Amino acid sequence: MIRRKLEENFFRVLMVLATIAVAGSFFLIVGTIFYKGVPFMNWDMITKIPGGGFYIGKEGGVLNAIIGSLYVAGGATILGLLVSIPVAIYINMYLSGKNFIVNSLRIIFDVLFGIPSIVYGAFGFLIMVYFGIRASLLGGILAVTLLVIPILVRTLDEVIRTVPRELRDASLSLGATRWEMSKVILRQIRPGIFTAILLSFGRGIGDVASVLFTAGFSDNIPTSLHQPAATLPLAIFFQLGSPVEEVQGRAYASALILTIVVLIITVLSSVLSKRFSKNSI
Amino acid sequence: MLVLTLASVSIVILIGVGLYYKSIPVLHKLSWGTLLTSSQWKPLKGLFGFFPFIMGTLWVTAISIIIALPLCLLTSFYITEYAPSRIRKILVPFVNLLSGIPPVIFGVWGVLFIIPLIQNHIAPHFVEFSTGYSVLAGGIVLAVMIFPLIVSIVCEVLNTIPKELKDASLALGATKWETIRKVSIRKASPGIIAAVVLAISRAFGETIAVLMVCGNNAVVPHSVFDPGYPLPALIANNYGEMLSIPMYESALMFAALLLFIIIFLFNIISRIILIRVERRLAA
Repeated sequence: MIRRKLEENFFRVLMVLATIAVAGSFFLIVGTIFYKGVPFMNWDMITKIPGGGFYIGKEGGVLNAIIGSLYVAGGATILGLLVSIPVAIYINMYLSGKNFIVNSLRIIFDVLFGIPSIVYGAFGFLIMVYFGIRASLLGGILAVTLLVIPILVRTLDEVIRTVPRELRDASLSLGATRWEMSKVILRQIRPGIFTAILLSFGRGIGDVASVLFTAGFSDNIPTSLHQPAATLPLAIFFQLGSPVEEVQGRAYASALILTIVVLIITVLSSVLSKRFSKNSI
Repeated sequence: MLVLTLASVSIVILIGVGLYYKSIPVLHKLSWGTLLTSSQWKPLKGLFGFFPFIMGTLWVTAISIIIALPLCLLTSFYITEYAPSRIRKILVPFVNLLSGIPPVIFGVWGVLFIIPLIQNHIAPHFVEFSTGYSVLAGGIVLAVMIFPLIVSIVCEVLNTIPKELKDASLALGATKWETIRKVSIRKASPGIIAAVVLAISRAFGETIAVLMVCGNNAVVPHSVFDPGYPLPALIANNYGEMLSIPMYESALMFAALLLFIIIFLFNIISRIILIRVERRLAA
């Protein structure tokens, strides 16, 4: 009896410790980034592009990378939405009833979701070579679009599934076509679409491997789709590799910027999705 | 809409075909067997042996699973069986936040925290000298990256186990832990396997975080303190120079193809297991 009690308590303590380790790793990461990043943080970092001698520790900031990342993630999210909203609607509205096809499609999107970004990067690079596009903002956007489509489709699909069946039936019975019904559904899931946008944006802004081959790098803010664009994660990666202490410090500060942006996005999207699930019946 | 759906689904096929097409030159020159088992990596001489990189990937992945699996299982049991709902409500968002952190941040954390930790505190107990850049560092960073994935899937699976089963076990006088060990784990095992398979495939493909902490030395690692060079890191690191050496691009695309095939299979397997689990519960 005592042995069993001991065993129970032993594992209970072990479980609490494991939970602390898992949840604590989050604080450890964010804490480390803040601790190292804050001393190097200043206004120049987010308001200036790299000046002359930036990479040997002279003045400048990473505005080019911030804007570049926003362009890439934003462009990819918009392109991705244009593809994934119709796809999600098609799967749910037009294919409803054909369970085998729907399930296979869902598996395929799950698999696409699991494919690592480096493979998307390599594939995007192949496409660019094929069409003769050089490393540019356009290439980066295309590669990241491939990366975010599965995320968008999966999220939208889940959201559409929460719409009550009665709503569809009601609009259909009033003589609406399936397309008109889809418009009703789209209005209903607007907050869900916003969640999907945030998720995709968050993934797009943080990913390196997909833009490494495709977006290139530049110290200037791109003014056209065909210019190479810097991205924040790539800027962090490059700066961290520098032997100059000042530049490494900037990598920490850039990491801090990226962390804050991503945390805000994640918190926003989870708050939104919670509110959304409260509204749905 | 049909066209868009077909187009986005066919990305899977396009990626496979495109990468295969690009790796044909290197496949013509060397056989699959040579490519996979040779340790000779001399691009300038046209020798492409992927064995060190495959071993690097396997080491890093194995270490990360060994670290992450027990921790994540214990955490999932705690969250689903023990934690009061107040604590559960605080815990779950943190797991979500962790999954939102970009890979490069994990990499920076690895460089700033894990590397010095290994170099100054862990390695000196076991080996004479280590820079800290090792497969162990890669494994630890990866383990943290796959925490959210495993915890969220296992929690979901555990929540689907009928309460009656656990109640029956508890009513027979079993302690909570005994119930977990003899009922929950047994019932949840397909789901746990699926979670592990998914986590492995995630770990396989992770690029930048591992690249930053692994040391990137093209030799087969012999201990956890040796540097390693996983496949994705190889692709990412050599992008710039690959165009100037013949066959190099083809070899790197072969590496990408290899990753794609393995991850594709692993994903399909785990998804099918998960769907079975879901169905069994619906029935």
